[in-house]
This record gives sequence, structure tokens and C-alpha cells, in this order.
Amino acid sequence: MTQEALVMGAVAYDPKVVTIWEGLRRWLRDHELDFDFVLYSNYERQVEDLVAGRIDAAWNSPLAWIRCERLARARGSGAEALVMRDSDRDLTSVVVVRADSGIDDVGALRGKRVGTGAVDSPQATLLPLSTLRAAGLMPGDDLAVHRYDIGVGLHGDHVGGERAAARALMAGEVDAACMIDANHLVFSNEGTVPAGATRVVAQTAPYDHCNMTVGELDAPAVRRFRELLSSMSYADAEVRPLLDLEGLKQWVPGRVDRYEALARAVDETDFYSDEGDVTAAQYRP
Amino acid sequence: MKAMSPPRSIDLERLGLDRGAHLLIERALASLPVGGRLEVTGKDPNLAVHLAGWCRAQGHQLDGTTIVKGAAGDERWAQARRAGAPDPSALVDQPDPEWGLAARGALVESGGPRPRFDLGERAVVWSDVAPRLYAQGAAGQWDPATAIDWAGSPAPPSDIEDVVVQVMTYLVENEQAALVVPARFLARIHPYFREVVQLLALQVADEARHVEVFTRRALLHGRALGISGAGGRASLQTLLEEPDFALASFLLSVLGEGSFLNLLSFIERYAPDPATERVAHLALQDEARHVAFGVAHLEEHARADPALLGRLRGAIERRHDSLKDTSGLNQQVFDALVVPAAGSWTPAAIEEGFARVQQLQADMDEGRRRRLTRLGFEPREAEELSRLHTRNFM
Repeated sequence: MTQEALVMGAVAYDPKVVTIWEGLRRWLRDHELDFDFVLYSNYERQVEDLVAGRIDAAWNSPLAWIRCERLARARGSGAEALVMRDSDRDLTSVVVVRADSGIDDVGALRGKRVGTGAVDSPQATLLPLSTLRAAGLMPGDDLAVHRYDIGVGLHGDHVGGERAAARALMAGEVDAACMIDANHLVFSNEGTVPAGATRVVAQTAPYDHCNMTVGELDAPAVRRFRELLSSMSYADAEVRPLLDLEGLKQWVPGRVDRYEALARAVDETDFYSDEGDVTAAQYRP
Repeated sequence: MKAMSPPRSIDLERLGLDRGAHLLIERALASLPVGGRLEVTGKDPNLAVHLAGWCRAQGHQLDGTTIVKGAAGDERWAQARRAGAPDPSALVDQPDPEWGLAARGALVESGGPRPRFDLGERAVVWSDVAPRLYAQGAAGQWDPATAIDWAGSPAPPSDIEDVVVQVMTYLVENEQAALVVPARFLARIHPYFREVVQLLALQVADEARHVEVFTRRALLHGRALGISGAGGRASLQTLLEEPDFALASFLLSVLGEGSFLNLLSFIERYAPDPATERVAHLALQDEARHVAFGVAHLEEHARADPALLGRLRGAIERRHDSLKDTSGLNQQVFDALVVPAAGSWTPAAIEEGFARVQQLQADMDEGRRRRLTRLGFEPREAEELSRLHTRNFM
């Protein structure tokens, strides 16, 4: 690989990641951007490599973005959100109970068992537990947290933990389960959670999900990268399969004002220090 | 005009997105332009949660409870093209590989796989008789269990039964070749030429039934199957090894199955029992269809490409050369045809039977020459090429 190549990191949470980024690499190179990617087994190493300058861009989870920003700030360097998927904007997570459980509101969860995703899942653990905390329910004290640690280090990209919590809810092993709004619908459609069998008792505020993080926005290759990604059209038969695989219709500008709730959740659980060190207990990516 | 204007709100009542509400929403959105707004109301308690997730996945914006239609749905079909027209009288010469398995005439989304159907040219595979022959073939499928009165066919005398078993054994191995050859090409023909694919599929199914009924007839009276000569199998092997569709069709359908029309007709005529007569009759009807298609599509191919005749000639010559050191038709099969045609074992009857088999060979030769002439060969060349055809008949 030449020195000039823009190298992006991505986390291999699923085999399709190879298909997606090989396809995008081919397309970007066809459009005269010398681009390559490296795959990581977890987000922590990817973030460290981005901040250390070993890669130029990182396809980051929201939690990886939080750490990246903190590490960069501590080192006096920068971290910017270049682009994100249209589908990364304004997600919510929900806490659901069985419809016949008699749990009618969030307060009735006191003393109950709550199933979550993996320890490092923003959407199925950190954010919903923070919402419950804000409602006066301290995880561990007022709630028993049953964590389904599937794909630790993947920041919840692997849906297995969320699905396991949903299954545990229907099996009566927990009284509530946490998941993304869209996954509640997915689990209904696939039969994990029968339609009408559950009720939402809490919902987070809207938050943003992944972004393409870079050290600086103005490097020529980075600018070209943004231009090209932004130009990808869903009408283009060549790129549409890649967009479908990656779950977007178009790339939109990166924005960083919807990560505050997650930063708060990170602080509440002492997941990362202010300087970006990993301080979470029981977290071994 | 007002009644025609698109709906701007929809009440889902109690129906949730986890029970099919997206169908109603999509139906309402279909009449809206990109950016159009649709207010969604309903009583399902999860509606707001699910609507947000659904809109994100579909590329729509959600403004409160109002959907703002996104462009993705339209964009997906922006470059779609129809895979030609469904009518077989309006075929294109070279269908787009991207049409692949799509129905002819379907609206095909761009960006799909481009499967390699290397037999993808009208001139090479198509014949205008294909739709009609397919319809005839589909209507003419018969059930081996009921089309022949197996129980009502008495056993011929023992020494006649021996030769019937030998003829049936020979027919089975020939029909197995006739099954495999079209099956190999079937998967290489662009599905756009669907009537040809359907016709060849029926041809394969025909041969499957022939293999069954000939085997069943051979075993009907408890005999072991007959012999399978090396020369006969070597001759059939050359059919399997021909990779060119036109040449394989020529060798199999025009020359081989063409000769079989005479052979089956001969067996039907001199059959010593009703079951033998019937299986030969049924197979003959199917084979006539196979020959008709082979001749018709090669005739059209040769008209479009005059160089084809030279290649066909080369194919016969190559096959002849590769088989000249084998024994061709084995003597046992030849003799087995004489006996039923003789009807008894007297010298006079055998002489008569022998003459009838010689006449059969002359009839086969005449039929081959007629078909070769139809393809465009001069009579003298047709005569020469017919003689080069394998002594194994198929």
C-alpha cells in the first residue's frame, strides 16, 4: 500500500463487514481515492489506533466516538465526525415488559429484574439503564440487572445480546428487557417477541448512533472521502447493494450533539475516564 | 379532481406495525411524491415507537406523527428496465445477462447478479416452433403406470422374450444418453428463451419415462437385463462429450433420435406382445417432438449463420473418426431385431426378418438424408454424411 492511502478502520462484528468495505474500497478506488481498510476485533483497539495516527479514519460506534473524543482531547489532538448514515440519527431505546405482567409504569420496575445487552452496548445497556437511573431506579440497588454479554467489545453491534434479553423476557427469566425501538419491531416480526405480548414502560431521548471519525476534516484525502461518500446515490445500482448491507439510504453530514446522553451514561458507570482510559468493571473486549 | 388527490392522513385504528400496518402505510405513501406528508394515527400502544424505527429503516423522515416520504423507494427502481416483452414473437437477439432468472417481461431492478448463461443468443437456441412444441409436449405427458397395460400383456415365447429383453436393455442406455445431453445444456440457456428451456426440460422428463418403461418391460417377465456392449457405450459417450449446443443437438436430435424414429416404429410394428408395442409407440411420439425441435432450430441457425453447415459436417466426421475402431452396433442388438421381425425360427422367416432389418437401416438412412437436406446440405453431401453416422443408430 502506498503511503498516501487513506486507511480506515472498521470492526468485524459480522462477516458482511468484509463484503461492505471491500465493495466500498473498489468503488472509492474507481473514483480515484486511494483507500484501504483494516479490520479490528473490537472498538477499543481501533480507537487507540486512530488517536495514535496509525489509521486515518474509523467507522465508530457511538461509544467509540465518546472514547475517541476523550482520548484526543487528552492528547491535544482532534476528533471529528465526518459523516454518518441517515439511519444513525435519532434512535431511541425502549424498556419493555410483558403485557400481562401488571407493570404499568417505570416506577413499578422497582425490585424487578431487567435484562440488558452486553456490558458495552450503548443502545441495550448504557442508555436505557441511564434512563431508568434518571427515573430514580438505581441499577443494582433498585433493579437487578441481568446482562446478556454477547459480542463484548463490539459495542452492541452484535444484536445477539438484545435478542437474548428479549427471549429471557418472554421466558420469564427477567421482568423487563432493553432494546432499540426498531429492534422491538424486528423481534416482533421474527417471532422472538409475539406481537402485542409486550408493552413499553420507558423510552430514552433520541440519540445518534455510528459516525465516521477522523482526526481532522481538512486533509485533502479526508475531504475527498467525504465528497465521495456523500455522492453515493441509492439510485446507483452499483452502490445500492452496499448501502443495503450497511443499512443506509444515504450518507449525511456527521453531527455530534446527540451523544450527550451516552457521555452521561459513560460517566455514571465510570465506563471511560475523562481522559479516555477504559475504567469499566467486568469489561474485557 | 378532489376525490383523486392523494390521502394525507391514515388511521390505522388498532393495527400495529407488528401486525402488518406497514402495508396500509405503504399503500398510502405510494400515491405521494417524494417529500409528501402522511399523518399516521392509530390506537396501537407501540405505534410511535415502531413508526420511528420503521421510517428510519425505510429512509423516510418522521415529523411528530407525520411521515415525510423519502426518495429511496423511487430511487431503487429509477434505472429498472423491462426484461423484454413477454410475447415470444417479439424476442430480442441478445437478452441482457442481468435479466437472469427474471420472468421475460418483468421490470428488473438494476444491480442484480449477471449469471453466465453462455447460450444467450437467439440465433443459437431459438426456434419459432418452440412454444407450440412445448404446448404439445406438456399436453402429451403420459403416466407410465397407467398408459401401458402391464398386467394384461402376456409373456411371448421364451426365446422371443430373450431378444425383447436385449432390445429393451439397449434402448435404456441410449435413452439415458438422450436424457443427459439436453440436461447439460438446459442450465446454460438464458432463461429469457423460456420456451426452449421448458421444451428441453420436457425432453429430459420424456427420457426419464422412457428409461422407466423400457426397464419395466425388460423385467416384466422376470428375466435378467441383457448385455451392454463397449462399442455402443463408446458411441454414446461421444454424444456426452460434445460441448457445443448446435453440434450436440445435431448429433443427438437430428441424427440419433431421428434414426430412433425408424427404430421405434419398427419395434412397434413387429412387437411380439402388447406391452412392447405400446412402450415403443409412446416413446416414438415423444421422440418425434425432440427431432422436430432439433431440426427446426438448426435450420433457423443455419439460415442465420451459413458457416454452421461446415461445423455440422465436421462434427459427424470427428465422431466417425473417433468411433471407426470400435465395433459400432453390437451384433446381439442387430440379431435381436431380426428375430421379432421374423416371427419364428424357420429359415424362411429369419430370411424375411433379416431383410426387414436391412430395410430398417435403409429407412434410417433415407430419413437422415431428408433431414440433412432440410438443414441445407446438398443431396450428394447429405448422402455421404448419412453414411458416416454411427452404426449404433443413436
